[in-house]
Amino acid sequence: MPVPPSPQAPGVPTLAAQEVSKSFGPVTVLEGINLDFHAGEIHAVIGENGAGKSTLMKILAGVYEPTRGSVLFRGNRVRTGDLREMENLGVRFIHQELNLAEDLTVVENLFLGQEPRHGWFLDEPRMHKEGREVLAEIGADLPLRERVGNLRVSEKQMVEIAKAIAKRASVLILDEPTAVLTQREAERLFKVMESFAAEGVAILYISHRLEEVKRLAHRITVLRDGRLVATRRADELSPNDIVRLMVGRDLHDLFPPKAVKPELPPVLEVKNLTIPGYVQGASFSLKKGEILGFAGLIGAGRTELWEGVVGLRERLSGEIWKNGKSARSSGYPQALERLRIAYLPEDRKGKGLLVEEDARTNYSLLGLKRFGAWFVNERNEREAFKTAVEQFQIKVSKDQALPINRFSGGNQQKVVLAKILTVDPEIIVFDEPTRGIDVGTKAQIYRWISTIAADGRSCVVISSELLEIIGLCHRVLVMRSGRIVADLTGPAINEDEIMLYATGVKQAQSGTRPLEGV
Amino acid sequence: MSAIETAEPGSQPPATRGHHLRRFGRWVRDVGPAVALVLLVVLGIALNPSFLSWGNLSNVLTRSAFIGIISIGATFVIVTGGIDLSVGAMAALVASLMIIIMNRLTQTGWAAPTAVAVGIVAGVLFGFLAGLTNGLLTAKGKIDSFIVTLGTMGIFRSLVTFLASGGTLTLNSTVREAYRPVYYNEWLNLPIPVWVLALVVVAGTIVLTKTRFGRYCRAVGSNPDVALYSAIEVNRIRIAAFVVQGFCVALATLLYVPRLGSASAQTGLGWELEAITAVVVGGTALRGGSGRIWGSIAGALILTLIGNLLNLTSIISVYLNGAVQGVIILGAALLQRGSRSR
Repeated sequence: MPVPPSPQAPGVPTLAAQEVSKSFGPVTVLEGINLDFHAGEIHAVIGENGAGKSTLMKILAGVYEPTRGSVLFRGNRVRTGDLREMENLGVRFIHQELNLAEDLTVVENLFLGQEPRHGWFLDEPRMHKEGREVLAEIGADLPLRERVGNLRVSEKQMVEIAKAIAKRASVLILDEPTAVLTQREAERLFKVMESFAAEGVAILYISHRLEEVKRLAHRITVLRDGRLVATRRADELSPNDIVRLMVGRDLHDLFPPKAVKPELPPVLEVKNLTIPGYVQGASFSLKKGEILGFAGLIGAGRTELWEGVVGLRERLSGEIWKNGKSARSSGYPQALERLRIAYLPEDRKGKGLLVEEDARTNYSLLGLKRFGAWFVNERNEREAFKTAVEQFQIKVSKDQALPINRFSGGNQQKVVLAKILTVDPEIIVFDEPTRGIDVGTKAQIYRWISTIAADGRSCVVISSELLEIIGLCHRVLVMRSGRIVADLTGPAINEDEIMLYATGVKQAQSGTRPLEGV
Repeated sequence: MSAIETAEPGSQPPATRGHHLRRFGRWVRDVGPAVALVLLVVLGIALNPSFLSWGNLSNVLTRSAFIGIISIGATFVIVTGGIDLSVGAMAALVASLMIIIMNRLTQTGWAAPTAVAVGIVAGVLFGFLAGLTNGLLTAKGKIDSFIVTLGTMGIFRSLVTFLASGGTLTLNSTVREAYRPVYYNEWLNLPIPVWVLALVVVAGTIVLTKTRFGRYCRAVGSNPDVALYSAIEVNRIRIAAFVVQGFCVALATLLYVPRLGSASAQTGLGWELEAITAVVVGGTALRGGSGRIWGSIAGALILTLIGNLLNLTSIISVYLNGAVQGVIILGAALLQRGSRSR
């Protein structure tokens, strides 16, 4: 595909951010951002998790109010933090977390809040006619009367996009639109985006896939730790440049060197594990002291697979062998005790931490038994926490009762890490271990994971951050649609190879057919 | 509180109205029940000198004992994120079964004191079983505890009517004579129920604040997902909380039976609401995750005191007792609403 001509920023930008800063409590997530978006332009905003991309998009869309700075629409200041006003101006925002009413039908969702009416009643014929048209426009063939909850994630995304353009858009903001799409679905979306741009819509989108960004975007803006690092024409940047700008240092500074692993016997063997609706016949082994990566698109079943292994999710079939012996356990508490396997959940605030409790309570929750069978020995608990604070360099405030939701993301994650290690596990599953935290803390966490593995514990890293998988792991398993489709080692661990398997361009090595409809 | 603001400088514009309101709300939540209690006592003394008489105070304490003990169990259930509407009906059922057993035993020639002892043990067992039923249905049956206990409330209440054939079950006089002291006797000038209440308060406080179980109760109520991912047996904790509640109900009931010596479908009517009111007035959040025993007891005392004051004075009609209690619970809820920043 030819590189599209880049509109050379003529005249007034459609949407602009001026000196935009944003803090949540003590945490500054954006600082002094100046950026403009022009009609007909596809502008990619990239950066690592926690760089502030989503926050910036949300400020531009009127979801958040910036702490400082202003937003301009066609040269005029708008009232910030006013979603309605931005919507009236034609700024459409498609969330990363899909915002659909699961129990309503496709057509009901499309017109939610702006239903055409006939007196006091809904104008159903018109809704159906316009609904069909708008879906046809983006090439999505979806049943209008289907309950949205019954759709696949990618289909839901199309509904979300259709909803956004059901009314004329001047700006389309997409937060990681391709994270849940297969290659084919993504291609279709790109066509839609390009045709909108050709009609003069300014398109802003966040993506993690550098190849895609290079191909699609006219301009690229890189954010790092809440600051704007660079805005360049896409054809001026090589993928290597982009990575360097994103990470802010050379990769070997971020990741500790990979120790060469001797061939050790497997600690954990999973045989033919099936979790209905998520995972189909997964078999693999994990060696002692190994850092094993799990790559794949969102929804590929990586999290579900490991939740199944540790007993947090019902499994239909499959065997788990620990140190060469068949191990049975039902439920996480048993897995923790018998398999010595601990799981660090991806959703830090929803599953990892009691956000209203203090750091110490959170720290000791997983291994509370260690501090007493019946009564909690608070003195031991306090001592242990103090040690953990030093070991993990957790920044605690003088007020010990400070609820943990007032901590920065990186600090919270350190508490979770310390919490996992209280139970002295042999196997640790890190699910998105660096989501939403700054580069400095990331480097620290990578070092710890590396040290933990060097100590002879086995680590599993589930991550959507390819750099992390590539930089950290000894071996990488790629999952697609509920199946393990590749087992990569050495030089095969690279972005191209992983993405080819993850999106299904390269088929499974064993020739198994991926599970449809998950 | 203030420490939070100083700990994180510049985190929020400090001097907004909402901020002060929140801070006030948090203060009210921390010490509010105690302050309200003191104010009520002062008001009582001002309105009627006989309020401060030992007789009246001991009466207030004794009458608070039933709801007080039940509200401690309710605190556990509510902290874990559940609710138990069945406690009043449960008390009536436990009382009925105790009366039937004790009467039957004395009729078959058992000595009255032995019969009372067996009755008490049976009562505790029934309370335990009733709590277990609620807990199992909630945790294993995966039904909302509101619905579960709405159902069991109907079942328990109806069983009482059935057992009493629509009338009243009465202790026979020999048993009554042997059982009376449990409610009416005093030790160190205080009635037995007050001592039991004190014991339960101390035990409940220790369990909730010092044990692993107490910590888990808070975790489960605060966020069940986090509890699951922290390897806590969430179901077991939920069940155990209901069992604690059942045990507390049994304890309150075995103090209550010798007082009237009878049970009917009217026994314990509305106790569930009084217990929940006491817990909420005491500053425990209905959505779970945090709670305190002393607050619930303060709440129970506040409720009894209001009734007592209305009886002693004539400013507000006694018939409006329920309305005053309603205002109190609404006020407590309003103050709590602003007390937690998100």
